[in-house]
Amino acid sequence: MSELKPRKDLLDIESLDLSEIEYVLSNAVPFKQLFQRSVKKVPTLRGKTVLNLFYEPSTRTSSSFEVAAHRLSADVTNFTVSSSSVVKGESLLDTIETLQAMRSDYIVIRHKAAGVPGIVAQHTKASVVNAGDGFHAHPTQALLDAMTVREVFPEHQGRRVVIVGDILHSRVARSTSTLFHKLGIEVAYFGPGTLVPAERHDFLRRLMSWEEVFDWKPDVIYLLRVQLERQEGAFFPSIAEYHKMYGLNSLRLDRLRQMGSWLMHPGPVNRGVEITDEAMRYERSLISTQVENGIAVRMAVLHWLKPENGVDS
Amino acid sequence: MVKEIFGPQEIEDGIEELAQSIIANFPDEDVVFVGLRTRGVTLAKRVAATLQKNRHTDYPVGTLDISLYRDDFGHRGREFPSLETSELPFEIDGKRVVLFDEVIYTGRTIRAALEGLIDYGRPARIELAVLVDRGLREIPIQPDYFVLRLDTTALEYVKVRFREDDDQEDSVVLESSKSELEA
Repeated sequence: MSELKPRKDLLDIESLDLSEIEYVLSNAVPFKQLFQRSVKKVPTLRGKTVLNLFYEPSTRTSSSFEVAAHRLSADVTNFTVSSSSVVKGESLLDTIETLQAMRSDYIVIRHKAAGVPGIVAQHTKASVVNAGDGFHAHPTQALLDAMTVREVFPEHQGRRVVIVGDILHSRVARSTSTLFHKLGIEVAYFGPGTLVPAERHDFLRRLMSWEEVFDWKPDVIYLLRVQLERQEGAFFPSIAEYHKMYGLNSLRLDRLRQMGSWLMHPGPVNRGVEITDEAMRYERSLISTQVENGIAVRMAVLHWLKPENGVDS
Repeated sequence: MVKEIFGPQEIEDGIEELAQSIIANFPDEDVVFVGLRTRGVTLAKRVAATLQKNRHTDYPVGTLDISLYRDDFGHRGREFPSLETSELPFEIDGKRVVLFDEVIYTGRTIRAALEGLIDYGRPARIELAVLVDRGLREIPIQPDYFVLRLDTTALEYVKVRFREDDDQEDSVVLESSKSELEA
């Protein structure tokens, strides 16, 4: 593994090569195994500082990073927009300067504008992990999704995943489908015409109905969350309409069960919108596994990245 | 310069010797073996197999990967450790644990292993068995059982090869680095 080049930041999936992806995904396995012990912590990042900088609300991702950092024995500071001086009008670069002075080793950042983590990365010696920026990227989500698929299908090449829902606003769809494609997993999209981007069809199949979904025989159905907070543009008539057309109801669940397909969702779910209560109890649901794998993958990412203020620089 | 210290027969005799001294101690205690990846695991398995043959008793063997406990994380040369899973398919609480590694050198690996092991529980006793003690300790940790003690310098390498791991005959060799020859 010594041929890997030191990497400071994780900003997207596009810039990763296969050996880096393989390195992170294979290291995540022993990290996950630690969760079975009564002591779930290892001393690897003792004395290092992780700063969680969240400009957008997120409980799941920020706590997942927090747990990951704690299990590596790093110290964690949470810096959220509502309690920071951002509301007092501080500019992004001034905030970065402040953070630089705090000498954090790792900065985990989520921002509503695409590209902000990249700007922060250029201006700090700390390793920056993009925890979601606008519609751009969410690389650790993609890595945890890949880990989850590989656990179920050790021979993952040629497996089929259909991503259902609001593709247009989804950085999850973007990062996850890019990573799956790199790993040789086939990806298809299914969703309202207004929410499936036209320019992303180079390597991706587009399916037009649930019938086409079932005919394609997917190994995994990946439901996206309907982002109720982003529906200002009236992309579909109503929630009830969406549920009727695209939601995973009992009938569709039965078809999945017959095919033996697995179910994934990045969370948090909207019950009664993209998924029903019954589907939440589906025996082949991987939703909790995704949460657990998220911690393992984030530990592997923090363990892999090399801040510039390390021992040898 | 490469010098063979032990060949297959000496290693076999050495493992027999290790097995004897381990079971001679604390005969009433419940004992489990834990090998450090990779060759410590092989050593532990060989000792367990010898005991199975001689005494018809099974000694469970677990494996420990200590990469996450090392004190040199972030230093050059260890930039991208490939992590392995640790498998301790038994409780270690109240047990006598014998740790196995093929060579003890600075003692830092064993320090990390002790820290890793106690995260799994509280053994009644922990002992250390090695094939080769090459001296030059940087930490006050000593083996309870060893087969061979070598006087070495920091410019030499002691390499233990096992047929299971190395695709070659069992051996212990001492290699001197070039810089020493030039000096």
